Amino acid sequence: MSKMTLNIEGDTHIVVTRHFAAPPDVVYRAHTDPDLIQKWLLGPEGWTMPVCINEARPGGKFRYEWTNGKGHQFYITGEYLELVPHSRIVHVERMHLPDPTPDNHVETTFSAEGDGTLMRIRMTLPDAQTRQAMIKTGMEHGMEASYMRLEKMI
Amino acid sequence: MPCFIVDAYERYLTISIYLYKLNLMYSELVLDARFSALADPTRRAILAQLAKGEATVTELAKPFEMTQPAISQHLKVLEDAGLIDRRIEGTRRPRRLAKDGIEAMDQWLAMLRKAFEKNYNRLDKVLAEMEPNQKGRSK
Repeated sequence: MSKMTLNIEGDTHIVVTRHFAAPPDVVYRAHTDPDLIQKWLLGPEGWTMPVCINEARPGGKFRYEWTNGKGHQFYITGEYLELVPHSRIVHVERMHLPDPTPDNHVETTFSAEGDGTLMRIRMTLPDAQTRQAMIKTGMEHGMEASYMRLEKMI
Repeated sequence: MPCFIVDAYERYLTISIYLYKLNLMYSELVLDARFSALADPTRRAILAQLAKGEATVTELAKPFEMTQPAISQHLKVLEDAGLIDRRIEGTRRPRRLAKDGIEAMDQWLAMLRKAFEKNYNRLDKVLAEMEPNQKGRSK
């Protein structure tokens, strides 16, 4: 029903879109209320977010810590640059593994679409090199070949 | 397929771990060319065509209604970017997709999609719970 798209744009952007069956104010709240974030921003089964600090105001900081209960853990820190209630969030974030990755600049917008919401995330990586390095790693750890998927992508 | 999702997510994490190392290890020029090569719609169409099977310059020039030199120029850009290579067969030089170059981009996107989809499927449920009036599954 709600198909997600994820594509690259230009040299340094990644764009994600997703439709949700809830109005923008509700989807926005699910992205800014730490109690709600803790329920869904978890990755695969088995991972939890024991620490979720989220100051959803311009200049506010956030820190999400994940663990899989088997000794693997990592965290993300970030700062909010701009928040327009129910329609727009701009923030920067980086992963700590524990060394920080380069900053990822993220703009998220929520707009009404039918009875629901169209969310659009536009990530800007610091330079083409970072995104390219990410892609190169994908090859390093090669998954199954899929030329069919390529056709859809291009 | 939970195993696959976990696997994809761990790759997602692995990406970040290796970011710095990779920056040092690999030639940025090659990768940069790869994306510049994709910026052109004709070259994307050529790749899509080659995804169906190898083809010679003459065969490629036909559907695109372009001259052979014009097609050859596009093919050179794609070749330099590592996205296609050529096979030698007598006097023929059929072009084909270069497995590694294409896979690298495709795989990375697929992996990232998995990680995001998992979260958003979960968010769907959270949203349904937030709206008691809304018809939907409650858990």
